[in-house]
Amino acid sequence: MYLKASLGAATAMALVMGSGAIADTITIATVNNGDMIRMQGYTDDFTAKTGHEVEWVTLEENVLRQRVTTDISTKGGAFDIMTIGMYETPIWGANGWLVPLDGLSEEYDVDDILPAMRAGLSHDGTLYAAPFYGESSMVMYRKDLMEKAGLEMPDAPTWEFIREAAAAMTDRDNEINGICLRGKAGWGEGGAFITVTGNSFGARWFDEDWNAQFDQPEWADALNFFVGMMEESGPPGYATNGFNENLSLFQQGKCGMWIDATVAASFVTNPEDSTVADQVGFALAPNTGLGKNANWLWAWALAIPAGSQKVDAAQEFLEWATSKDYIELVAANEGWANVPPGARTSLYANPEYQAVPFAQMTLDSINAADPQNPTVKPVPYVGVQFVAIPEFAGIATEVSQEFSAVYAGQQTVEEALEKAQALTNDAMEAAGYR
Amino acid sequence: MARSVTQNRKIINTSAAWAVGLLIFFPILWTILTSFKTEAQAISDPPVFLAFDWTLENYGAVMERSNYARFLWNSIVIAGGSTILGIIIAVPAAWSMAFVPSKRTKDILLWMLSTKMLPAVGVLYPIYLLFIKLGLLDTKFGLTIVLMLINLPIIVWMLYTYFKEIPGEILEAARMDGASLKEEVLYVLTPMAIPGIASTLLLNVILAWNEAFWTLNLTAAKAAPLTAFIASYSSPEGLFYAKLSAASTMAIAPILILGWFSQKQLVSGLTFGAVK
Repeated sequence: MYLKASLGAATAMALVMGSGAIADTITIATVNNGDMIRMQGYTDDFTAKTGHEVEWVTLEENVLRQRVTTDISTKGGAFDIMTIGMYETPIWGANGWLVPLDGLSEEYDVDDILPAMRAGLSHDGTLYAAPFYGESSMVMYRKDLMEKAGLEMPDAPTWEFIREAAAAMTDRDNEINGICLRGKAGWGEGGAFITVTGNSFGARWFDEDWNAQFDQPEWADALNFFVGMMEESGPPGYATNGFNENLSLFQQGKCGMWIDATVAASFVTNPEDSTVADQVGFALAPNTGLGKNANWLWAWALAIPAGSQKVDAAQEFLEWATSKDYIELVAANEGWANVPPGARTSLYANPEYQAVPFAQMTLDSINAADPQNPTVKPVPYVGVQFVAIPEFAGIATEVSQEFSAVYAGQQTVEEALEKAQALTNDAMEAAGYR
Repeated sequence: MARSVTQNRKIINTSAAWAVGLLIFFPILWTILTSFKTEAQAISDPPVFLAFDWTLENYGAVMERSNYARFLWNSIVIAGGSTILGIIIAVPAAWSMAFVPSKRTKDILLWMLSTKMLPAVGVLYPIYLLFIKLGLLDTKFGLTIVLMLINLPIIVWMLYTYFKEIPGEILEAARMDGASLKEEVLYVLTPMAIPGIASTLLLNVILAWNEAFWTLNLTAAKAAPLTAFIASYSSPEGLFYAKLSAASTMAIAPILILGWFSQKQLVSGLTFGAVK
């Protein structure tokens, strides 16, 4: 009996040693959104394949950002994988806070990652985070209201057309606003939207010498246009509307158009939540004919902090969660409309995925954003709706507060731009850029 | 005539008190109601108050996704542990300040309270680094100590106020009867200050239960309490208000029930010494 037990134990040990794998428990910090929650549900598949257990820490986006920043900057090692975005990845990669992903397996096929995503998640050509899903922004519009207005939405509309269509769709008596857009303060909320709008009007945050550009006419044009259009056709109190507020309005049939994250397409076309699910059409984010569309580029990606003690197990998870196999696993169980979008080229070549109504427009939107050349005029920074420098989040939050004050009628466009110019230049000078 | 005025005033006062009470309670009531709606009903405009299809699906979804029992247990240990530890330290401290004050007692009391004036984020990095060095990150023990230290000034202040109401002569008499210091504090002072200690205890359990800065920043998966449980259902990109409301209701339910059953002690303790 004793011999049998010893033999059993020895065999088990030999198997573990032989495979070179020791089962670990890894801790993953992530955000609370549909795709991430779905991934948690498939953890058992990963554990069955690798033996590693997973513990999840799910937090609201802003809480998560603060939490993981504290941990990674102190090399705390509380997490083995962090869900981070396109803004943090190049900055943290440059700081040496992330494990470079240059040892990914051949089956993983790193070249299959969409080029725009790979560029945005790299620093000096090294990939530091693997995209779990990617998104851009696009126009979502009500086909019935557009038809009623006697207009037809082009695939790539201009801002002038959008303004005209918004005015035509607006029906104040029936609480229908021609257009719903973000006005809420915050660099990732209204700040992101007005930045990409500025890009399409030829504006930029900085010139090549890191001088703020809010005193240039392009910013005044963009902001005046935005405020004018929203006053004509936007919902009341849009200065405090962010993604969720506009999603709620659109789902209740109170918006003719909404320009926002491509991920919203699955919400507004879901008949369980949306009263207009069968009436939604999609188009590229608008432009002014200068060659840049007003759409952003974002990815939620998985990265391994340099403080992790379980890098091998973490890398196994990262490969599993962002692999082609994972996409097929979700598709087999929940349908192609529910797979994480915007990360892999092969997904968009799949005929079954091409049948999903918003698939092609999502890909076109992602491809229309170029983080390396985001603006009409040259800039010294990377990033479409943000500037990938550590100081940006603080500066852009303050600037967006000034802009929100314009939307709320508390100051003029000129006053806001003057303040934005001064505070941006002051902050950049203090940080040593100028 | 005078009687009817008094009666009228009583009605007005009672109505005003109910109105204020309902106003304060309304956000909690709305959260509880929303937790029984579907996500579409949760955002409907105009909002529906009671006439909706009541559903338990949000509670089901929350229970399926999260290990509620673990979050709850962590909250109980951290809130209970930090309060008991705080009381053990604060009773002797408040005793000495109330009954054997020195020239600097008032300054010490003010200095203790001044630590509450520092924004918590200002000491986040030093404490985080200390926690890494001591291996306390994501442990219930570490969080218990931090919450105890944070609430200690309030505990000492409250107990000091209650102790000041107790005549020093009674303690003197106990000493003359041969009571030791330990006996004096344990068998004479403490029983007399029970309402005060009880309300301090309850208030601190509530404070520790709701503390959401340190509990989010010093935990990961193992020691995360109910504040982290709520934070995991909040999302800037997606309307999950009904699920968030269900999670919030589950998080506040234990403390709400505790508060409901102990409101008599809480009120008597908080108003202790208020009217002379």
